[in-house]
Amino acid sequence: MFRTLLAKEFREQWRTWKMIVFLAVFLITGMISPVLAKYTPELLKMVPNLPAGLADLIPAPTMADSVAQYLKNTEQFGILLVILLTMGAMAQEKERGTAAMLLTKPVSRSAMVLAKWLTGMTVALAGLLVDGLACLAYTAVLFDPIPFGAFWTLNLLLLVTLGVYLTVALMASTLARSQSIAAAGAFGGLVALLILGSIPRVSDFMPGQLAAWGSSLVLKGDGSAWPALGVSAGMIALALAVACLRFEREEI
Amino acid sequence: MIRIENFVKTYGSVRALDGLNLEVEPGVVYGFLGPNGAGKTTSMRILSGLARPDSGRAWILDKEIGQPGSDVRALIGVLPEEPAFYGWMTPREYLRDFVAPLYNLHGQVAARRADELLKIVGLKDDANRRIGGFSRGMRQRMGLAQALVHRPPVLLLDEPVSALDPAGRKEALDLIETLRGQTTILLSTHILADVERVCDVVGIIARGRLIVQSRRDELLARYVTPLFEIESEDGFGNWLEWVERQSFVTNVTVSNHLARVLVKDVHTAQSALLESLAKEALSVRRFEMVHPSLEDVFLRLTGKEA
Repeated sequence: MFRTLLAKEFREQWRTWKMIVFLAVFLITGMISPVLAKYTPELLKMVPNLPAGLADLIPAPTMADSVAQYLKNTEQFGILLVILLTMGAMAQEKERGTAAMLLTKPVSRSAMVLAKWLTGMTVALAGLLVDGLACLAYTAVLFDPIPFGAFWTLNLLLLVTLGVYLTVALMASTLARSQSIAAAGAFGGLVALLILGSIPRVSDFMPGQLAAWGSSLVLKGDGSAWPALGVSAGMIALALAVACLRFEREEI
Repeated sequence: MIRIENFVKTYGSVRALDGLNLEVEPGVVYGFLGPNGAGKTTSMRILSGLARPDSGRAWILDKEIGQPGSDVRALIGVLPEEPAFYGWMTPREYLRDFVAPLYNLHGQVAARRADELLKIVGLKDDANRRIGGFSRGMRQRMGLAQALVHRPPVLLLDEPVSALDPAGRKEALDLIETLRGQTTILLSTHILADVERVCDVVGIIARGRLIVQSRRDELLARYVTPLFEIESEDGFGNWLEWVERQSFVTNVTVSNHLARVLVKDVHTAQSALLESLAKEALSVRRFEMVHPSLEDVFLRLTGKEA
């Protein structure tokens, strides 16, 4: 039963172009980040009437700039994309009546939520893979190679970050009865997490810290943010549990 | 086969079900009749596991609904009033790759069953079209097909032919008739003609309660008695008072210049009414004996209940 639900979710992602758009944006992000890192200083130097000597102050770009650019773009676009991908997942099924059709069949309601979550996480993982591979290749060509193991650890941490936003959006979608309320809930969750992440001391426990940890691993070879990882995993588990429990009790 | 005991369900201040009791025997096509808002869809939703009653219990094939370890959904096929599908799927994919595996039908078995059902509901030629482009009638046919995939012993059909054209309606009702005896069918509708055509037993629900449950023939004999419609150019004056006093008259309603007289004895009524109209010298535009609509039966039944 779960396999059937999962197969439907993947097929839906593919047939409605969501997965293709998602992967394409990630691929472009991975390709463009090293290019931006490489040529932004060059473009700045070409600005007319640049004060004398300023061009000499712009440092030559390095692999670290490429990684920083990659991290910034992937996090920004990734969060936005996973929210857009997920916020209508459950609300749309309820609003259109397809959930009612499905739930008259011997299907577990939690399985329906989990199938959507697993599909979303897999698509996010595939996005990070193409994103990361493109970035690795372009950075190796334009700069020096990125440390391989640390870079993929960074991507795993990014996956956890995206997982938090994806799961919160899925929870909002499950709790809401309409897509517009689900969207408001998903972006409300994003704003709440961003606000919490900007509060000193609290930010150490928030998902945003994971990107900093990954960056430090790639560039310095050390660093950790275990509390942020624990809290992020806890947020994912909690949001999933709330979504499943609420949906089990909901009248469709 | 299907038994409902004292279902109560409220939505805010609205009491959708108010102590509904119902029993459907095995192999019977049970017509669940009622006006909009009577509680038919709410009952169907509870039976199919989409909603819970505030109180009351129900059983399908001796399995109690809503009890842990007693999932009746594998035993039922459900067609909601407005069946909804994934617009990007084709009918064949929906039946073969999505619905059939949920009932443990896979591979060739699922493919054969999907094709068989598409043929039965008249969608064979549209098997590879996207459902997103289907009309409401085609969706209703698809709805019937998906409810039958696993050959369920119990079918819950909510207004199964409401969106179909006359030809489609006939085909769907023919299909339901072929299932008589093998499948227990609870069919909700507000169309009396559908009930007369296929139902063995009829239950009439109004304001969340079962008003009457009877075999179809008994119900028709009992309640669907003829009425006379009399249209006058100048109204009816004292004649109405005379009509209301007659023992063969059970009910009289008047709107504008139309009087509807429900009677017990057709022959007596016919001659007496004509005679009295002539005596009163009313300018009658129309005098017709008609069969009352379901609404008339409802008005009568709900009036009795009050």
